[in-house]
Amino acid sequence: MNNARKNEIKDNAFKVFALVCTSVGLIVLGLLLYNIISVGLTRINWDFITNLPSRRPGKAGIYTALLGMIWVVTLTLIISFPIGIGAGVYLEEYGKKNPFAKFIEINIANLAGVPSIIYGILGLELFGRLLALGNSILAASLTLSLLVLPIVIVATREAVKAVPGSLREASYGLGATRWQTISRIVLPASFGSILTGLILAVSRAVGETAPLIVVGALVYVPFAPKTPMDQFTVLPIQIFNWTSRPQSGFVVNAAAAIIILLMFVFILNGFAVFLRNRHNRRVKY
Amino acid sequence: MNKLEAKDVNLHYGEKHALKGISMGIKANSVTAFIGPSGCGKSTFLRCFNRMNDLIDNCRVEGEILIDGRDIYKNRINVVDHRKKIGMVFQKPNPFPKSIYENVAYGLRINGISHKKYLDETVEKSLRQAALWDEVKDDLKKSALALSGGQQQRLCIARTLAVEPSVILMDEPASALDPISTAKIEELIHDLKDRYTIVIVTHNMQQAARVSDNTAFFYLGELIEYDETSNIFTNPAKEATQNYVTGRFG
Repeated sequence: MNNARKNEIKDNAFKVFALVCTSVGLIVLGLLLYNIISVGLTRINWDFITNLPSRRPGKAGIYTALLGMIWVVTLTLIISFPIGIGAGVYLEEYGKKNPFAKFIEINIANLAGVPSIIYGILGLELFGRLLALGNSILAASLTLSLLVLPIVIVATREAVKAVPGSLREASYGLGATRWQTISRIVLPASFGSILTGLILAVSRAVGETAPLIVVGALVYVPFAPKTPMDQFTVLPIQIFNWTSRPQSGFVVNAAAAIIILLMFVFILNGFAVFLRNRHNRRVKY
Repeated sequence: MNKLEAKDVNLHYGEKHALKGISMGIKANSVTAFIGPSGCGKSTFLRCFNRMNDLIDNCRVEGEILIDGRDIYKNRINVVDHRKKIGMVFQKPNPFPKSIYENVAYGLRINGISHKKYLDETVEKSLRQAALWDEVKDDLKKSALALSGGQQQRLCIARTLAVEPSVILMDEPASALDPISTAKIEELIHDLKDRYTIVIVTHNMQQAARVSDNTAFFYLGELIEYDETSNIFTNPAKEATQNYVTGRFG
């Protein structure tokens, strides 16, 4: 067998290998989706979304969990995005490039890898007990904000770093101040990439359960939260609770709630991807 | 009095001594070309005039640079205001990812000017001065990034002219362009000379000979020779200059 033939075989072998790898992921995902949809889809109706929790699976709904999740995620976004974007811009545009900055940079990246339960314990002690916020929505949002901040900061830094220096020079050359250059040139040009980081952060916040359990999210909340100081539950916790019940009706409920949660994440991601694509079409450099 | 004046300028990047004791004067309404091989410090020196080197960490400038007799490296000067008087055009066209109109209006908007009629007039005037108006007047709202490289560079010149500087620094403005676009830029430099003082860094010696009144030859961070362009190219005083302009090294 000559060399060219050998290389061709290797080439094809790798192609097949890559295809198999991709397929494994897709097939597992497909099976999971199929399983959940076949169990839960028929359970989804308007009552399921607007009913309060109940001991009887047929009457139980996700109203309080869904509202709790929207409260928690919205507050998390409001708290973490300005801080994260501000910190990212500071580190990239203002901060000096010295060993201390390098040290901070590495540690922020490390924070993104800290297990979420640790954030839960920190949140419980700092927000729940020290600031006496108890097991409120605000305490949970602050905890999740800490959790997603590294993601937002790193994404912002990368996005800002990717803006060509020549654009900054052009702006400074015309007599722009640093803030004018950042607000009118750098941030608009990096908006699309920052948005990608924000999508990741939102998805992470929506799916987190462990830190919220530690902070004190309740499993059974018979009322809809009305202020950030109210007690709450969120969808993942409701799902976790239902799957541990013995009655088969709750398993169906859990599957249905998973479908709603997935739809929620898909819609959020879809919206963000739409915004990003529209933005990237306008801004190329 | 000279428009621009450098007195014994030394510049260090960290340990590297990039400019060594450079002194020269540049007259108003003239075109001065900086030539020399890559890394000789001509671009670095150009950037001293609008303090663009301030943006680089661990860059240190000593000596005096005077514009209209005022030292721009004195503490009391406002760098931002100063840069408005010294326009700069860069090697690679770098329009902002905005519309053609907004690119030219940028320098005015950052000064808080939002009067529509004034903006419209200035945008048109600047684009006309940069010989771009006829090509873009019908689609000012179009993205500047859709223009060709040569058009983008003329847009960058228009953007600079809009803030009405008295000096324009050009850092190899035609090196990324094709010969036709280059010819347009050179023509433009010739037209702008009446109203502006232009300093141009170029690698292209024919270009220096064509557009400039005076030429400065830099080598290894030193100003080797500075004279009228015709003298530099036909009758240089230094052997190094002779060797460079005749293409024996560089």
